[in-house]
Amino acid sequence: MINKFVRTMAEAMEGIQDGSTVLIGGFGSVGQPNALIDGLIEQGAKDLTVVANNPGVGRVGLARLLDLGRVRKIICSFPRSSDPIVFETLYREGRIELEIVPQGTMAERMRAAGAGIPAFYTPTGVGTKLAEGKEIREFNGRPYVMETAIQGDVALIEAWEADRWGNLTYRASGRNFNPIMAMAGKLTIVQTQHVVELGQLDPEKIVTPGIFVDRVLHVPYGDPMIS
Amino acid sequence: MAAPVAANWKPLTRDQMAARVAQDIPEGWYVNLGIGLPTLIANHVPLDREVIFHSENGVLGMGPAPAKDKVDPWLINAGKQHVTLRPGGSYCHHADSFAMIRGGHIDLCVLGAFQVAENGDIANWATSENDTAPAVGGAMDLAAGAKRLWVLMEHTTKTGESKLVRKCTYPLTAPGVVKRVYTNLAVLDVTPAGFAVIEMVPGITFDELQALTDAPLHRASAARAA
Repeated sequence: MINKFVRTMAEAMEGIQDGSTVLIGGFGSVGQPNALIDGLIEQGAKDLTVVANNPGVGRVGLARLLDLGRVRKIICSFPRSSDPIVFETLYREGRIELEIVPQGTMAERMRAAGAGIPAFYTPTGVGTKLAEGKEIREFNGRPYVMETAIQGDVALIEAWEADRWGNLTYRASGRNFNPIMAMAGKLTIVQTQHVVELGQLDPEKIVTPGIFVDRVLHVPYGDPMIS
Repeated sequence: MAAPVAANWKPLTRDQMAARVAQDIPEGWYVNLGIGLPTLIANHVPLDREVIFHSENGVLGMGPAPAKDKVDPWLINAGKQHVTLRPGGSYCHHADSFAMIRGGHIDLCVLGAFQVAENGDIANWATSENDTAPAVGGAMDLAAGAKRLWVLMEHTTKTGESKLVRKCTYPLTAPGVVKRVYTNLAVLDVTPAGFAVIEMVPGITFDELQALTDAPLHRASAARAA
């Protein structure tokens, strides 16, 4: 019997290596795998490359992982937040590497990895400093920049519902990067608000089919904070 | 604005600027509004004119802000503000959401900007070459991918410098993409000849507008470009 549910955070985090690339879902405070981020802090892996839209808020969650010196490099589109104190301090002191990627290119680079596409061409960023040093190629008279796929060693995901095969649904704007990061992670770990029986999810409504999921932990985390 | 204001005219307020853009958005368009001033445009599109607003974080068919006691904590827009979903609205993941943008499905994007050049270059993400950690977000995707890009911004900076320039001095978001600029003083089309003034606030003269603008201005023909 396939059962992707794990009982403990330690099981969920087992085997994450130093030097891993970790994809972290969420946009704003919605759809963030907060419990798994805390689990990763506890687990201890270091020298990480983190891919997330923002570098964290305040001194909790992702910002705490950064603060503890565990992240070598962050790949994000928006190195700001309502309180980016930790990232800004580390960055100013030269203690973290930053790769800024246009948000759509970031999403597509992970989608590509999940779909077995090593690189693609896009007009986004052409003629700007984010295309400097990258291959430019013309198609039908328009220049495009080549961008490479981002594969995650690990993806941390927050879902709304999950069954034991790892089929997932999301809630409203909590979907965001989660389904694509689930595809792009070699080891995809999910925290889910709700657990449902196999067969209970309408096949037409499953957003992430279980093939993209390795481990699921039930974390009834509750609603995102309203700021 | 800091430039000397003549007695004969006054600049539009932020809400008047947003309302002016809203006038030009027809029913049926899929529209993405940038963070800040452009977000106000949605307040000025009457609900019975079906314009479908898109937000980068996977929301299509976004409605107005909810009443304080009706906030859905799971539903935010790209500016991290709580929003609503209109009947017919849908959610998607980030790659599909940006496919809408990058695949040329969005009819109109309205962005704010630091500078727009007479050839349609836009600079709206970094204020200097030395800013090593500027936040690009989805601006480059929107600028390169939307079917049309309009800019809504003040005509000059707080210190009176023109934001309509011959050549952008700030890092570009995308080259040659802006089709129209709405400011608090005028509406201008970007044409092969440069900025063409198609409308000015009541009372201002063409020469007064030119005096506040770095880039050379042209008079558009009376016929409004679509």
